[in-house]
Amino acid sequence: MTDTVMDATSSAVPAPSSLLASRRLPRWTPLAVAVIAIGVAVGIGAGAGLSSHIQWGLIALALFVLGNYAVTARVEGRRQAKDKVATSLVWSAFILAVLPLYSLIETTIKKGAGVVNGTFLTHSMNNVLTIEPGGGVYHAIIGTLEQVGIAGAIATPIGIFTAIYLVEYGKGRLATVVTFFVDVMTGIPSIVSGLFILSLWFVLLGHAPHSGFPGSLALAILMTPIVVRSTEEMLKLVPNELREASLALGVPKWRTITKVVVPTAIGGITTGVMLALARIAGESAPIALLVFGSNVINTNPFSGPQSSLPYYIYEQYVSGSTASYSRAWGAALVLIAFVMILNLLARAIAWWKAPKHSGR
Amino acid sequence: MTSTAPSTAPPPTAPPRKARTVTRPGDRIFAGMSTGSGVLLLVVMAAIAVFLTVRAVHAIAKDHGNFLTTFEWNAALTPPKFGVAVLAYGTAVSSIIAMVIAVPIAVGIALFITHYAPRKVGGAIAFVVDLLAAVPSIIYGLWGALFLVPHLSGLNLWLDKYFGWTVIFDKSDPNSSPRSLFTVGILLAIMILPIITNVSREVIRQVPRMHQEAALALGATRWEVIRMSVLPFARSGIISASMLGLGRALGETMAVATVLSANSELSAHLLDIGGGTFSQNIVAKFGEATDFGRDALIASGLVLFVITLVVNGAARVIIARRKEYSGANA
Repeated sequence: MTDTVMDATSSAVPAPSSLLASRRLPRWTPLAVAVIAIGVAVGIGAGAGLSSHIQWGLIALALFVLGNYAVTARVEGRRQAKDKVATSLVWSAFILAVLPLYSLIETTIKKGAGVVNGTFLTHSMNNVLTIEPGGGVYHAIIGTLEQVGIAGAIATPIGIFTAIYLVEYGKGRLATVVTFFVDVMTGIPSIVSGLFILSLWFVLLGHAPHSGFPGSLALAILMTPIVVRSTEEMLKLVPNELREASLALGVPKWRTITKVVVPTAIGGITTGVMLALARIAGESAPIALLVFGSNVINTNPFSGPQSSLPYYIYEQYVSGSTASYSRAWGAALVLIAFVMILNLLARAIAWWKAPKHSGR
Repeated sequence: MTSTAPSTAPPPTAPPRKARTVTRPGDRIFAGMSTGSGVLLLVVMAAIAVFLTVRAVHAIAKDHGNFLTTFEWNAALTPPKFGVAVLAYGTAVSSIIAMVIAVPIAVGIALFITHYAPRKVGGAIAFVVDLLAAVPSIIYGLWGALFLVPHLSGLNLWLDKYFGWTVIFDKSDPNSSPRSLFTVGILLAIMILPIITNVSREVIRQVPRMHQEAALALGATRWEVIRMSVLPFARSGIISASMLGLGRALGETMAVATVLSANSELSAHLLDIGGGTFSQNIVAKFGEATDFGRDALIASGLVLFVITLVVNGAARVIIARRKEYSGANA
């Protein structure tokens, strides 16, 4: 602080050099204010007997923001002080958001790590009472892989072809309408897509048999718009020169698309599809309506109820015993690992296949 | 190309040949498949609306309560009596709480990533936020029910003690567990943070550098740059990001189903247990529902579908309008 005090006194006699530079606090001021704020907050907290350390932290935060504002307003002026407040608010927004998200990951890993082992991954819940430990997620993993696989097999071609239509062929009103509804479709709640397949089954068959396949259809509805969106973005990045060069050589348009445009963008398209798969792998609402869950291994997605990882977690949570809670955490860890691996692989592909001279 | 190959010296007197486009079968099939996929998506959207409506009308016709204003959900009674009033209220309240909490924080994080954090740190955080957007909702639900709920009792008591006079924070039974709409709102806020952050960050990143540098050159502080050049440019994008988050919050199923202890009471006391949301009600009632009960649930799903359609459509219209106006990011 001594620097600034000297500055303040010397500015009474305006030297030509100090006209341009306004008074500045030294860089360590925020740190000093923070230390003082924490000290006072601990004093208040201990003195008033506040038990929760979160309250101590909040008091310290408020004191820090106020103190920082006051000091800066006094030395550097109101505008600078407002800037400081905005900075502290942005930082606290960040910290505030990190805490729960960190806690989510930490809790899942901590509680799940003790449960996941070889037996857990290779056994079903057949003949296991929900209140006793044991059992596993094998049947759920099979269910998830099959349902997500079928959904992907349906949604990927439709999604990619729609994107090709939008980028390469789409003109006029139809393209606008398709774009708009693809966007809107992205926001369909998963439960609504489940209800749609349910009512479709009702209307077509008169009843709704539980099996993996209708679940896959509902997941495909959720997945298609995501694939369309990402593929569209990737196809738009393909330089027009490539298309023109190919067309100028007399290559038919569809050959141009399949041999030039799509291969150029294939890295990005793969990434998009994998991200979409990761997204639907975590959906449980349509599974609850259409696949219904099961305790035994059912490898046939076309008949009989199946399980799936997200639905398994829900089932175990609802059972409400200590043993089922820990199974739920274990399954949550497996699911998170599955989704994260898909995500990281997808991003690795994107990074590896990224056009090297895209001008970005 | 053999058919259109030009001869080396076309006779100058010949009438100008019409440029014939050759359509090959391959082209026609491929174009047909692409267009067909696009049309298929439209058909699916239309089918969703039609099939839900068909079943819903069937159920609502036999409803002996007013579908929009009845509180309870008793589709199994004879005569059946059910309505969406409590569900609509619960859905709206929890989503509003989520938005109030999530939007400022999400914009804060987006600004942190783009303007405050060191560049490398910002990139790393953006990557992590991207990953967090992929965490399945059931895991948020599990965490919310087994971790967040016990940890919120203190906050609930504190709110009740000091802000009980505001009615909304008045907790009728201080000892009840905090499985309330308020807790659901907090959980939804945490869930939609990543998506709002991601979209806002993309928009904020598109703010022209020139605008910001001009403001800096005029002597603006960092906050003034953000307030005067970044936020005005990004406003509509942030609004639509928030509405995308709102769409998520409205339709969220499993996280609500695990946390909320539902009943059919419509209460202004947000901290009290009870209430319900559309999707939570569907999952909770589906198991024991008869065929007619399922139709009734489909009817409530139709209402949810229409609401999310409107919210998402509005968000997209805002984004599209912005694209037209801003030539700056071309």
